[in-house]
Amino acid sequence: MSDLKYSKEHEWIRLEDDIATVGISNFAQEQLGDVVFVELPEVGKQVVQNGDAAVVESVKAASEVYAPLTGKIVEVNAALEEDPELVNQSPTGDGWFMKIRLSDASQLDGMMDEAAYNDFTASQS
Amino acid sequence: MEGNSTDTYTGNRGLRLEEPLIFEQDAPGRSGVDLPEPPPVQSRLGGLDRPDAIGLPGLSEPQVVRHYTRLSQKNYAIDAGFYPLGSCTMKHNPRLNEKMARLPGFADLHPLQPEATVQGALRLIDTLAHWIKTLTGMPAVAMSPAAGAHGELCGLMTARTALEARGDGRKRVLVPDSAHGTNPATAAICGYAVEAIPLNDRGRVDLNALKDALDEDVAAFMLTNPNTCGLFEDEILEQAQAVHDAGAFFYCDGANFNAIVGRVRPGDLGIDCMHLNLHKTFSTPHGGGGPGSGPVVLSEALADYAPRPWVVHGEDGFSLVEHEDEAAQAAPYGRMKAFHGQMGMFVRALAYMMSHGSDGLRQASSDAVLNANYLLASLSKELSLAYDGPCMHEVLFDDGFLKGTDVTTLDFAKAMIDEGFHPMTMYFPLVVHGALLMEPTETESRESLDQFIETMRHLAKRAKDGDAQAFHDAPVHTPRRRLDETAAARRPILRWRPDPVQGEAAE
Repeated sequence: MSDLKYSKEHEWIRLEDDIATVGISNFAQEQLGDVVFVELPEVGKQVVQNGDAAVVESVKAASEVYAPLTGKIVEVNAALEEDPELVNQSPTGDGWFMKIRLSDASQLDGMMDEAAYNDFTASQS
Repeated sequence: MEGNSTDTYTGNRGLRLEEPLIFEQDAPGRSGVDLPEPPPVQSRLGGLDRPDAIGLPGLSEPQVVRHYTRLSQKNYAIDAGFYPLGSCTMKHNPRLNEKMARLPGFADLHPLQPEATVQGALRLIDTLAHWIKTLTGMPAVAMSPAAGAHGELCGLMTARTALEARGDGRKRVLVPDSAHGTNPATAAICGYAVEAIPLNDRGRVDLNALKDALDEDVAAFMLTNPNTCGLFEDEILEQAQAVHDAGAFFYCDGANFNAIVGRVRPGDLGIDCMHLNLHKTFSTPHGGGGPGSGPVVLSEALADYAPRPWVVHGEDGFSLVEHEDEAAQAAPYGRMKAFHGQMGMFVRALAYMMSHGSDGLRQASSDAVLNANYLLASLSKELSLAYDGPCMHEVLFDDGFLKGTDVTTLDFAKAMIDEGFHPMTMYFPLVVHGALLMEPTETESRESLDQFIETMRHLAKRAKDGDAQAFHDAPVHTPRRRLDETAAARRPILRWRPDPVQGEAAE
């Protein structure tokens, strides 16, 4: 999974060409606890870096999921509406949230790789 | 949900009785109402006659009485014991309030009665408004909002109306991370984009971050003070100055007003609007005992934009300003709800105020703060304090003291239930990890606080001694064991169905 990039808001990003697949990190799902509801953006919506993109609700709290990158939503993971537990079971796989067509790939430069993200979360808990 | 496993034949434990749903007790012919057969009449229902039974359960009167009595015995309430739910101010509701609210002259009123016949009620609303304005140091109050969050909406709508009246279409509202969760929701429903303001390392709003976020596009800053970390915002005067310098309004969530009544007047702090939860500060019942009531005090800058109705002193006694043509205001935006507000709550709140007097209200606030600090001082060694004290009406711990024990805040709370305590607020506010937020209020005696403190110390020691399994199993002494909150949220069963597939997922 070394191709993943991470944001400080605990989203992961996997880039293929100009499409970024985005979800929440394993650390984030552990902190949230059992996810019971996910609200996804509409396909075609413009999102801006660090702006609201989705909502994830667990037994503990409801939290915003921010768009880590600016762009247009081209696909969302509709399976999460029926099976929000995918976020817990497979946060960086079947539990992905959305795909964003990037406007500015250079925004990825500010993201952490997995090792840096692990250091970041270790300092947080 | 799986039933309780007990070793009794009935499933009852002592005199604590298992109780099925009322629909499961349905037996045709049990209903005790004996009416004569109606004479044959021609149906005038135009073919809309009900083709089958209405589906109400048939039970005898003693069965119904026992059903609801047994359910009521499963309820936990401030009348039953300590209820330290942080941010909720679960205080005693004096029975005097109830007696006053049941006086026929108040209880039997109708809001459409002629004003001449309800002079006492109007005088009561006016007197309560006077007390509220005096205690908050604000020139105006809107009495009608039906709850705290409704009051927040009222405050922001009033601010938006004032901004629009000067042609100012601002788009953003700033809300600190330590605000009540309803604040960002209120701003969003009012059409604003919400921007979070972080805290500093003392658990207060980061003043520089606030200043950086303020510009000519910000409509309001929504502060909760004391905040949800239980701390007084000691830079509130600087915050107010910065907010006003940017041309924005300063909203204060007054849900925690119980900490400062008689000591601090929000009007002196530069606040433009603030709601009060009568059920938190002024001892009207919470929740099911409600309804709620959330009057909103307004500064000079907003007073002209208050929603109708309000009481005025006319030549022939009191009257209500209810219609646009009666209002001398600049640009009122109408009303928040039908009629005048929650009269029953007004009676209870004023009974509380007048029976305590201003000195008694000040004493109650002081005792609430003292009690919270007693918990802080007594538990800061065994538990882990989120921010240094002293605190105000509530004390915030994090789950640092549980690190390495394999016991979570949730497990700890469930173990408290076994010990006979309603748990504190958990996992809120979100700014600290695994939050435990305790608010004892002025209601609790030294004895009940000491018992609570000793219980917390016992549980903390047990967790640290490695007895995690007992916490994972808790609660064991309740009518039901730990509920599956995840399944309840993911696949809720929202209604009883008569078919045999009960227990399957419902929509």
